[in-house]
Amino acid sequence: MSLITIENLFLGYDSKVIVGNLNFQVNTGDYLCIVGENGSGKSTLMKTLLNLQAPISGQILFGDGLRKNEIGYLPQQTIVQKDFPASVYEIVLSGCQSRCGLRPFYNKEEKALARENMERMGITALANRCYRELSGGQQQRVLLARALCATRKILLLDEPVSGLDPKVTIEMYDLIEKLNNEGVTIIMISHDINAAVRYASHILHIGASVFYGTKEEYVESDTGKFFLAQQGNSQQTKNGEAV
Amino acid sequence: MLDKLVMYLQYPFVRYALIVGILIALCSSLLGVTLVLKRFSYIGDGLSHVAFGGIAIASVLNLTNQMMLVLPITVISAILLLRTGQDTKIKGDAAIAMISVGALAFGYLIMNVFSTSSNLSGDVCSTLFGSTSILTLTKKEVWLCIILSIAVVIIFILFYNKIFAVTFDESFAKATGTGADKYNLLIAIVIAVIIVLAMNLVGSLLISALVIFPALSAMRLFGSFKAVTIFSAVFSVLCASLGLIISILAGTPVGSTIVAVDVVGFGICYVVGLISGGVRR
Repeated sequence: MSLITIENLFLGYDSKVIVGNLNFQVNTGDYLCIVGENGSGKSTLMKTLLNLQAPISGQILFGDGLRKNEIGYLPQQTIVQKDFPASVYEIVLSGCQSRCGLRPFYNKEEKALARENMERMGITALANRCYRELSGGQQQRVLLARALCATRKILLLDEPVSGLDPKVTIEMYDLIEKLNNEGVTIIMISHDINAAVRYASHILHIGASVFYGTKEEYVESDTGKFFLAQQGNSQQTKNGEAV
Repeated sequence: MLDKLVMYLQYPFVRYALIVGILIALCSSLLGVTLVLKRFSYIGDGLSHVAFGGIAIASVLNLTNQMMLVLPITVISAILLLRTGQDTKIKGDAAIAMISVGALAFGYLIMNVFSTSSNLSGDVCSTLFGSTSILTLTKKEVWLCIILSIAVVIIFILFYNKIFAVTFDESFAKATGTGADKYNLLIAIVIAVIIVLAMNLVGSLLISALVIFPALSAMRLFGSFKAVTIFSAVFSVLCASLGLIISILAGTPVGSTIVAVDVVGFGICYVVGLISGGVRR
């Protein structure tokens, strides 16, 4: 059975449908990129997968022993976080919160897990630094380490490279690819269709026309051809900045 | 000077005032960091005006125990204000301003129309700026304050990690299965309790000071949540004790003296932060 199965899903606010009739599966080890224009419903889909918002109709089925709260999440940064006084270690450790239940404090196992994930993301040396002093790329690594504390199986990434410079962007993509190779299933929202085609194994394109399939199928499809050409053009004019 | 202080400390009402003042300062500083970061610095002010409205109603109804009415009204308002989320139509600062000004107006109106006291403006002034009422506390009130303060501190310690997770990233907490709404509700109730307690001390206009100055001072100097929380508690207790002692010795109004000490303390932290490099902003 698939990790996540989406059947006839309709999404929107106040019963106004933004995107409808979504059908796709995510299997263990997949690298799914969700692409589409602004307002096409990418973030709404993400929120629904995370159980933050109810769908209008349709079903999300979790399989392979995946529980609802075992999804790691890398959200876009909020204003609150920009000047939050917290050390890197405190933030990574807070990813273990869902393991605690009603227990008020973290146990040894969870502290070890936090250290292990900081090591994995190469931020052990930053453990006692203040989060707001870090660079954008370092902050993303911290949040990624936190997400890994919440899951071993699947990560949902919401625009993980927005606001990063080109060099750090590539490092971030490499890091995500490394995690995927270690067996973590990845679902990523992205504006960057070129990167999606380079790294992902599957692509979900939502918007006026919905496409779901492997990367190879996407490149050959009409939707794919159209948007790849379009993004190629916009990238020449905007100098690589995600639109 | 010391003799004078020792002499004053022999009076039970002075000792009560010190105990209550220090406890309230401790409690209000604990949640300050959370409130400042959630952009709710002004909630103290808003809620205390609600409490003022509650007191007005209670005194018109001639209730002997005003707490019974004021506390529930304030708790409900706090829940309404902090029940943020994306779907509220009126957001953060506007909601606070609305509730605060509205409650203030109705409170004064009720007091005025159904006035039972001959010195109305004196009553209003003392509720707004904190009166000498901290020096007229009864033993029962002191015990109530001690019990509630201990409860607040215990709740804060037990839920410290959860409060951190929910404040830092509400949607992550929700997505990974931590009931953020539940903890926001808890935070709202605790804040309301603290504010009702603190009204005795500094009055409704100055309450925000007790909440924000310790947090802001600590954030100048430290970069981890734990250090900020501990320092703001220590800072708040020190400033409140100093303020109380000065006001007893010099005969100045209690509330404004404590706040003045807080402002000076913040200034010192700001300068120290600049010199030591502190936390880069």
